[in-house]
Amino acid sequence: MVKVMVYPPTSMILADLVERMGHEALVVSKEVRKKVNTVGLDSPPLNMTPEDPKKGLKYAAVDVPSGVRGRMALLGPMIEEANAAIIIKGNSCTLGCTGCARTNELTRFLLRTKRIPILELDYPEDDAEAKRFVHKIRQFLEGLK
Amino acid sequence: MRVTKYVVTSQDSDVLPSDIAMKIYESGHEINVKETCFGVIIDGEEDDIKETVNEIRAIDPNNIFIKDRGFPPGDPRRCRGHRGGGARPGFYMMEYESKILPLISQGLASDELDEEISIPEEKTRPSVERIEELIKEEFS
Repeated sequence: MVKVMVYPPTSMILADLVERMGHEALVVSKEVRKKVNTVGLDSPPLNMTPEDPKKGLKYAAVDVPSGVRGRMALLGPMIEEANAAIIIKGNSCTLGCTGCARTNELTRFLLRTKRIPILELDYPEDDAEAKRFVHKIRQFLEGLK
Repeated sequence: MRVTKYVVTSQDSDVLPSDIAMKIYESGHEINVKETCFGVIIDGEEDDIKETVNEIRAIDPNNIFIKDRGFPPGDPRRCRGHRGGGARPGFYMMEYESKILPLISQGLASDELDEEISIPEEKTRPSVERIEELIKEEFS
């Protein structure tokens, strides 16, 4: 079983395909779960602590917006843990908490410079593209050891 | 550790959220199930969830998609009832991907049948050399 980071890290399709093929998908919700389930002083509605942006300093400088550093506090450990990655190229799918363009650029850059097997794709828009999309992911995941 | 997952059905699926919920009740695992418009949210101990996920997937392998969720069902930090309505954070991504699910289901079905030969070539941009050739052909 290989730890595969999916990008966008909230992607249901990529996470499902990775787990279907018997690997472990690294998704942001698993990181959030650790925070939610860990008993601490911070009660709802806070789910980020003042410590988190400091952790992000490892990946982004202090003059970078705290939003980027806060996101990197979650994504950074995932990147370090990843043995492979599947990345969706377009930005139309980065919505909600993954809607920060600078974090997306930084995450993709860090994954590319990590020298791990990476598959870059676009989301399919028709039947033929969907077949190719699934086939490529399957081939990529089967090739991981 | 307790684990929460979304189970989302594709629009092409004949499986209803209530069918999935019934299947989970029949399995006898101690799992909380919340039916939603797109599928169900399941919450329980990691081992129980792992077994249940395999059972649910077996109902309609190509049309059921499963995703992790960070917060438990009804958590006040995410529940719309506690936040004064509006879309739940994370809804937009799920909405975006739900539209593509029928295509992915078809892709999975064809991949199962090993239809890779019929997959057309990917469109690629012509190289600079190729464009130069085309210009020379056109204007010579």
